[in-house]
Amino acid sequence: MLESIEITKKFIGKTAVDNISMKLEAGHIYALLGPNGSGKTTWMKMVTGLIKPTSGYVMYNGTPIGIPSRKDIAYMATEPYFYDWMTIEGVGKYYQDFFDDFSMDKYHMMLNRMELDRSTKTKTLSSGMMAKLKVAVTMAREAKVYLLDEPLNGIDLIARDDVMKTMIENAREDNMLIISSHLVEELESFVDSAIFIKDARLAGIFNIEELRQSEGLSLADKYREIFGHAGGEY
Amino acid sequence: MQYDSKIPIYLQVVNAIKADIVTGNLKCGEKLPSGRDLAVKYTINPNTSARVYQELEAQGACFTKRGMGTYVTEDTSMIEKFKKEMAQNALDDFLMSISKLGMSKEEAIDLLREHT
Repeated sequence: MLESIEITKKFIGKTAVDNISMKLEAGHIYALLGPNGSGKTTWMKMVTGLIKPTSGYVMYNGTPIGIPSRKDIAYMATEPYFYDWMTIEGVGKYYQDFFDDFSMDKYHMMLNRMELDRSTKTKTLSSGMMAKLKVAVTMAREAKVYLLDEPLNGIDLIARDDVMKTMIENAREDNMLIISSHLVEELESFVDSAIFIKDARLAGIFNIEELRQSEGLSLADKYREIFGHAGGEY
Repeated sequence: MQYDSKIPIYLQVVNAIKADIVTGNLKCGEKLPSGRDLAVKYTINPNTSARVYQELEAQGACFTKRGMGTYVTEDTSMIEKFKKEMAQNALDDFLMSISKLGMSKEEAIDLLREHT
């Protein structure tokens, strides 16, 4: 279980994350939703341990996050972070050196499935291919928490299908996926819970099938309800 | 598969699988994919897969062999029943649209006869 306890991050002149408390459980695929700049990335980086909160803390299975939790928490950043000269195979080896839980077999299987050629240099990859590579290399780790920052952003339909299927395939009873996005429709069918972040604060967590069943609302409807203009209609 | 995002996903997948059984895309006694494979195939949550199979089983559309997986029902009367149910639903939708146009059932029947 992952707990965010009154976690706050202030940068000079701006509060990026404001007092967010929530408990997230294994066996779920969460969507982390909010407009650009609402604090999703900052929250993920704090859970990963890449930046320190100004106040509050993150607990993983009852202990504050630190070096030991890093082997259970896998983070995929939005921006590409591979060296240009690396091949796709090289990216795998690089990860294997860093992470004990990295499985080269699993990595190769995902590359085959998504039709990525191991010998391709990363600098020649299209944005769709880069998105596939990033998700494959992250999910080839046997982590318990996968934080994926904007995995579906700016890629074509076919690449998106590949990325979604790879995420679903790796969802287990004993792990959790947290997928940030400002695109809502893509996530409708396969995430089970949605976390809404508005102006750096938690605006609610919802079970999406329950929303459909009890209120007849889609995830997109709820998104509009929370983030839409309060003013008149167009 | 295209979903109506306002209707529970599990129900939509249940109906899609029942339609496959009725049309013969899925055969009597055929083995259905594992929960994970079903999730990947339909781009749904693995928890939703479990719910889909629960619901299909409750409706008698499939059965589980312990440790072996889930199979399409071998009861052909069940499949006939689903076919009738689906035709009934299609008729309901049709009549609903017709009544919105201010037409009676009788007028609709005449239209159907004329329709080629």
